[in-house]
Amino acid sequence: MAMDILMIEDEPNIAEAVRFILTREGWQIGLHDDGAGGIEAITQQRPRLVILDLMLPNRSGAEILGDLRAADDPDLAATPVLMLTARGETTEAGQKADAVLAKPFANDELRAIVRQMLG
Amino acid sequence: MPFETLLAICLAYVVLMFVVAFAADRAAARGHVRWLDHPLVYTLSLSVYCSAWTFYGAVGYASRSGLEFLTIYLGPTLVFTCAWWGLRRLVRVARMHHVTSVADLVSARFGKSNRLAALVTLIAVIASTPYIALQLKSVSLSFEVFATDTPEAPIINGATLGGTAGWVAAGLALFTILFGTRNLAADERHHGVVTAIALEAVVKLLAFLALGVFVVWGLADGPADIMARIARAAEAPENAEGWLLRADRWTALNMVAAAAILTLPRMFQVMVVEAADEERLTVAGWAFPAYLFAMSLFVMPIAVMGRELLPAEANPDLYVLTLPATQGQDMLAMLVFLGGFSAATSMVVVCAIAVATMVSNHWLVPLWLAMRKTTEGEATDLRGFVLNARRLAILAVVAAGWVYHQASEGSAALAAMGLVAFVGMAQVLPAMIGGLLWRGANRKGAYAGIGTGFVLWMALIFLPSVGMGGDLPVPGVMDPWAAAVFLSLSANTLAFIAVSIFGFPDPVERLQGLSFVSAVEPIRHSRMMRSDDRAEPLLAMARRVWGPEEALRYFQAEARAQGKSGYLPDLTPRFLTRLERRLGGSIGSATAHAMIDRVAGGVALTVSDLLQVADEAQRAKEETQRLESARAELAVTARQLREANDKLTALSVQKDAFLSQISHELRTPMTSVRAFSEILKDPSLTPEERARFAGIIHDEAGRLTRLLDDLLDLSVLESGRAQLSISVANLHDLINRALSAASATRPERSFLIDRDMSSEHLGIITDADRLLQVLINVISNARKYCDSARPLLIVRVQNLEADGTIIDIIDIIDNGSGIDSARQSLIFEKFARLNDPARAGGAGLGLAICREIMAALGGDISYLPGQGGAAFRITLPKRPPVGVAASGSSAA
Amino acid sequence: MPDKPLFLERASFHRRRLGDAARVLPVLSSALVLVPVWWAPALVSFAGGVLWFFLLWAGLILAVWALHRALLRAEAATMRASEAVAAGQSRPEGKAQARPAQGDARQNTGGSPDAL
Repeated sequence: MAMDILMIEDEPNIAEAVRFILTREGWQIGLHDDGAGGIEAITQQRPRLVILDLMLPNRSGAEILGDLRAADDPDLAATPVLMLTARGETTEAGQKADAVLAKPFANDELRAIVRQMLG
Repeated sequence: MPFETLLAICLAYVVLMFVVAFAADRAAARGHVRWLDHPLVYTLSLSVYCSAWTFYGAVGYASRSGLEFLTIYLGPTLVFTCAWWGLRRLVRVARMHHVTSVADLVSARFGKSNRLAALVTLIAVIASTPYIALQLKSVSLSFEVFATDTPEAPIINGATLGGTAGWVAAGLALFTILFGTRNLAADERHHGVVTAIALEAVVKLLAFLALGVFVVWGLADGPADIMARIARAAEAPENAEGWLLRADRWTALNMVAAAAILTLPRMFQVMVVEAADEERLTVAGWAFPAYLFAMSLFVMPIAVMGRELLPAEANPDLYVLTLPATQGQDMLAMLVFLGGFSAATSMVVVCAIAVATMVSNHWLVPLWLAMRKTTEGEATDLRGFVLNARRLAILAVVAAGWVYHQASEGSAALAAMGLVAFVGMAQVLPAMIGGLLWRGANRKGAYAGIGTGFVLWMALIFLPSVGMGGDLPVPGVMDPWAAAVFLSLSANTLAFIAVSIFGFPDPVERLQGLSFVSAVEPIRHSRMMRSDDRAEPLLAMARRVWGPEEALRYFQAEARAQGKSGYLPDLTPRFLTRLERRLGGSIGSATAHAMIDRVAGGVALTVSDLLQVADEAQRAKEETQRLESARAELAVTARQLREANDKLTALSVQKDAFLSQISHELRTPMTSVRAFSEILKDPSLTPEERARFAGIIHDEAGRLTRLLDDLLDLSVLESGRAQLSISVANLHDLINRALSAASATRPERSFLIDRDMSSEHLGIITDADRLLQVLINVISNARKYCDSARPLLIVRVQNLEADGTIIDIIDIIDNGSGIDSARQSLIFEKFARLNDPARAGGAGLGLAICREIMAALGGDISYLPGQGGAAFRITLPKRPPVGVAASGSSAA
Repeated sequence: MPDKPLFLERASFHRRRLGDAARVLPVLSSALVLVPVWWAPALVSFAGGVLWFFLLWAGLILAVWALHRALLRAEAATMRASEAVAAGQSRPEGKAQARPAQGDARQNTGGSPDAL
């Protein structure tokens, strides 16, 4: 079964919250908890949406986004990305993402953005 | 005198020597070297030249050959007339190169060749063994004089007498090992030994002078009477022949004695290796000849009176003992006995140290390193090996002397061994002097010269002296012994010069040649290191040789001299040169050179590099000397400025980063709290889910609180408003508490803890809770980050005296992969948490807080590179600075 | 200031001549020890030899002692002289000049390249 969302987030509690919220919405969601290996996880699992934390150990979200956009496969490179940032961290990396969600966020905000991006 | 009394006095004297040596070593360790370094002590230590052979033998020699005995003392006197420009220069160059022995000097001069040093060591060993045997023999002979003198001595039989030499040898080996190999100092000085030797020199001199005074004014009627008796003795037909000086022998003996004072291992040891600097030679230049003068002044009178008063069959070599003994002067005889004992023991001790240093540095250590090349175990403790090799070599040298003594028991062959050893070591002289004066001298020449001399000495002098082969067949009236000396030394010199002229030295050798001949500091040429990443292996290597403390102190001092903070200096040629020479001071220049090459992976020196260096050194010597200090000062200042500037830039970046970090660290738990509290509003959740999510909210709220606490803590500490509650605590208890508190971090990992409990029991005056906080933090970090499969935690406590204040040092070391040098300077910064998935909840403020706490306590915490894992050093003053206590109380 | 460098020159000249004496001394003393034995061994082998060698020896010790004392004093004098010169030069031009010149003097005496 194809995966809807891959989430790359190192904080287990945030990951848990996002997974709980989106699973209840009926999405299939996978998790990767390290910056290293992030791009490989995306390539392998081919999700329809990537939720990417900006601050990750070993390899930042911005770098992973760069890797993704530079991928050889045009379909893969075009995968929509939702970047999770702290407010005030809206850098150029955030501009390259398809959508940005600032922490802390309202759960409805998250649901709405995901629904819109996958809709 | 009963044998037992003699033995008791003898033992008491030995104990005194041990106590003196021990006290001097302790004084030196505390830095009280003022009187230990006095030129007079230096001069007295040179008197180790007067061994038992000269103490007892000079009178025997004089009674057989008249004034010829004077050569043994006149030769050195002639050398010391060159003290101002010759000996001072030798000592300066040798100290500059941290030379450890005469073999090391020759090896260092001729391109740091260990094989050359090994050859010189061979000569030294062959020459020294019978010479040491001679000393042992003299001690046992002098014991015998007293023993046979005692009518009521039935228990004294051959076995106990034969054992005397054995006991003396064992005692001397023990003394030498105790005080000669206590540490592997970088400059190889032994204050304890030298002081004991100086004291023995005084005993020697007093004993001989007392005997002389007794003979001249007690037995004869003053100097005029003695002169008359000498004149009368000379008229005896056998003396008229035997006492007549022969020009060839006279010249050869003077030459050989002059060479011996420079090349005998024990003389080189006391004159060059143990010298703090060359300036003491301005005193020793006249004082040592004066000592020799005093030692020989009464030799002729004693010889003449001995011949007159003692029976014809009495051994002239023992006149100094038998003369007072037969005259009923027991106390005087005892004193003389102690003098002779001193002469023998001091010679054996210094000779053993010197020869053992050569054997271990030029035979054992290179052999061991060569064998280890296949199995690269860098963690091995080289220092321990070198010390043990020295101890073994001392035992071997003394034991060889004893075995030789036992084997040649009763034969008269030993008596000649002093001179034989002199001539053997003199074979090193042409290469040594040539190397110091002539830039053209090269290694092949040194091999040829020393080799030729060695072979001729063995064939013409050494082997005949032990009864193999005969004297040199010389035509005419020439003395065969003198002919052999002239032949071996001139063939040696000729071979050295001829081969040097036709040979072409390699670049390293030419550089060393330049440095030796012009007495300028050598620079380790243009072997460029690619980056600083080799500094740490070098530090690790230095630790293995000097031990961790010494190595760290040296590297830190060098880094500071370059204007750098921390423990890792840049690998400039200057630093590498200095490091190599200092290492050379412990293990010999050839080995040090090879080891640095191996670790630092230097590039071979090319001729154009050399020419560049040589030309520069030659032409611009004065110019550079003047500019050097100014430029170095500028460079240091510039460097400090650059470092300060970097720090300022980094600080402003850091401040921004700090704010965004705080925001990030606060947002992360906040996000979870907000998301889950919203989820909890959903009525459809199961009770288990509710409980779990509530738990998460609780945890995250706790994390927020901790973070805020840490921030508050840090801001209080940074502003200097921290309130400390100073009390007395036992460091051992604190470490115990820290270990058990930290075991809550990743409790699934079991650590091996390596502690030295006995050193931990230290009373400290500090804020115990704060110190505990630091300890827990560091140990928890080790538990978190140590990535070894079998994790080990080492805790070491030391109590040091530095710059007059006592500090406690706590080292906490794990066996993980450590922190790479690029990050080492960052870890104490706020939020400098290592990028690590295992970062387990901390906000990255721990070490920053630790640093602030230690600063408030008047101490410091730093990262120790090169310890094989992550290592932190916490230093603590004996009591907190006054300002802290005052501000603490005023704030309260 | 032509007189001050002259002062320095005289001090260092004196020191260099003493250095020459130090170099001649070993040659002279070797000759005094060796030549009599080559020349007239019978004269210096017995009581006469005792007198000759011990007096010579005592003389040598005194000579080395006196020479070393004079050399040390001469070195100190050279240093003082060059410091005086440095001070004299620096007065009109300000203090900055004094330092390198003093450094110079110390190298001359400490390193004493010409005394080797």
